[in-house]
Amino acid sequence: MAEFSLPANSRVSEGKVFKAAADAAQVRSFRVYRYDPDSGENPRLDTYEVDISRCGPMVLDALIKIKNEVDSTLTFRRSCREGICGSCAMNIDGVNTLACTQAIEDIKGDVRIYPLPHMPVIKDLVPDLTNFYAQYASIKPWLQTRTPAPPDRERLQSRADQELINSPSACILCACCSTSCPSYWWNSDRYLGPAALLAAYRWLVDTRDEATGERLDDLEDPFRLYRCHTIMNCTNACPKDLNPARAIAATKRMIAERHL
Amino acid sequence: MSLKTPLGRVLGLGSAKSGFHHWWAQRLSAAALLPLTLWLLVALLMLPALDYPTVSAWLSAPLPAVLLTLLVLAMSWHSALGLQVVAEDYVHQPALRVVLLAGIKLLHVALAVTAVFSILLVSLGARP
Repeated sequence: MAEFSLPANSRVSEGKVFKAAADAAQVRSFRVYRYDPDSGENPRLDTYEVDISRCGPMVLDALIKIKNEVDSTLTFRRSCREGICGSCAMNIDGVNTLACTQAIEDIKGDVRIYPLPHMPVIKDLVPDLTNFYAQYASIKPWLQTRTPAPPDRERLQSRADQELINSPSACILCACCSTSCPSYWWNSDRYLGPAALLAAYRWLVDTRDEATGERLDDLEDPFRLYRCHTIMNCTNACPKDLNPARAIAATKRMIAERHL
Repeated sequence: MSLKTPLGRVLGLGSAKSGFHHWWAQRLSAAALLPLTLWLLVALLMLPALDYPTVSAWLSAPLPAVLLTLLVLAMSWHSALGLQVVAEDYVHQPALRVVLLAGIKLLHVALAVTAVFSILLVSLGARP
């Protein structure tokens, strides 16, 4: 049955407040979701006052400053700090995005930071993405061919062919799109979600790939593909300005084409 | 608890290799409903009155009776498809889901048959 009441551990209480130093020049409040499932306690919202005149411009800079100087127990993923690894995806000011490319000054009022929505939380801002990665693996994200590769060179692609996969192959698998999708929230066990479907589309339109039919066979399913109800949160959320919603629509069109 | 791999879980029972026909029928019935609904609104507004004798006289002509039957069929079809999606989206308990999916189908067939039969009765001159 649908879940009408939230589980007990979804009640978030008010947490600790870490005041800024007295000589702070420019203070901003960061309200951060803290949860340690192993502790048995409910999640709480800690408040960190940060002097942003002594901090880098992005939300990730503030998180790193908090972890280094204020509270080393704060847990989050980060790596490249330039929007290409996808590690620091989180829900900032109500929107799924990358902490490293989200400027603090673009946020009004308190900066509210939560983990990606509707995912199991491992700790604080770290969601469990096991299922998400398995869904990516399930679409066989590699080149499948019957024609053997030419012995003396690469498989060739025209400039126009390459342009087809330029945008969809720029996905960094940060999961901002899938975890912003209500359909994915309710049915992530069977619906592949926008990220995996965008990846599938990237191989469907790759002119070197020869498994288009088998790929469409695997996708044509009431849940895997057709749970997409064109809500478009995915395209809104994408921090790389990609368009998973259009890729899914194009996939549905390809399937229509082979039926009609 | 199960030690099944995450990929094994995602692959599950495999692709149903269907879904297109539902998607297509939903769009087709929506496209049919648009002109039919507009027609019904305009036709009813153009009647001098909305009492039983006026409407049944209007419905005794073949064109309104056929168009109204088509509207009722398209509407039942579209509604059945839509409610099926609602059940699939939100109901996760397997037994309840099957019962709901079957119930939605049967209810809509019953509704459609009742509506068509009523249109025929009125159109062919039944008195209240």
